[in-house]
Amino acid sequence: MKRRLFLKSVMAGSAVATAVGAGLLTPSMVFANSASFKVKSDAASASIASVGEGLFKLKAPTIAENGGVVRLTVDASKIENVTNISFYIKENFTPLAASFNLSGAQGYISTNVKMGKTSQVIALVTANGVTTQVAKEVKVTIGGCGG
Amino acid sequence: MAKIKFKIKAKEGVIKIKTIIKHPMETGLRKVKGKIVPANYIEHMAVLHNGNKVVDADIGSSISKNPYFQFNVPGVKGDTIELKYKDNKGKTGSVTAKSK
Repeated sequence: MKRRLFLKSVMAGSAVATAVGAGLLTPSMVFANSASFKVKSDAASASIASVGEGLFKLKAPTIAENGGVVRLTVDASKIENVTNISFYIKENFTPLAASFNLSGAQGYISTNVKMGKTSQVIALVTANGVTTQVAKEVKVTIGGCGG
Repeated sequence: MAKIKFKIKAKEGVIKIKTIIKHPMETGLRKVKGKIVPANYIEHMAVLHNGNKVVDADIGSSISKNPYFQFNVPGVKGDTIELKYKDNKGKTGSVTAKSK
């Protein structure tokens, strides 16, 4: 009973409430994603080390005040024949955030992602069969004090 | 179930597609009062331009709640843009609009 009361009081604490409310990730052994996506995510993790620097732009905030909503933009519209754009967040439970297969659309994607903590954000762009990456570190501050 | 905000505008041969899908995007990792909130997120999304698939996205649970997306597709005013999505519970949603 004491434990329950303790938990309740913790939940009521504003800092925790905001962190939970923002939809931040908490570590757990539950598989959040389907198996096929997991495979893709692992494949992306493996490939990142060998991928060269890209010539496209990755727009991301240096400091994100709310890890629940971080706007990421990849602008590779100057590159022709872009077939895939992927967002990869190193420290997240499922590092691959999304993978967009493009056929005909320009190499421009903007989206919001969740980030559990300060992490490297990597954008992967595949054009003409060659994958390139651009990385940027995004600091996540909870409560707006330091990082 | 879900509402989709959909804005498409053609300018200089490029259609800008901006969309916000109302969706909880639960990761399955978050706990409320000690209980895990079951995962519920969009798994798959496609954008069709005049019936041709231009974007085919695999989405993970790391995408934020009420996900926002922006795509640029070459096209002109009056083109039909359709967006479809499917979440991990099998629920689907779609929206069709003509470019302005």
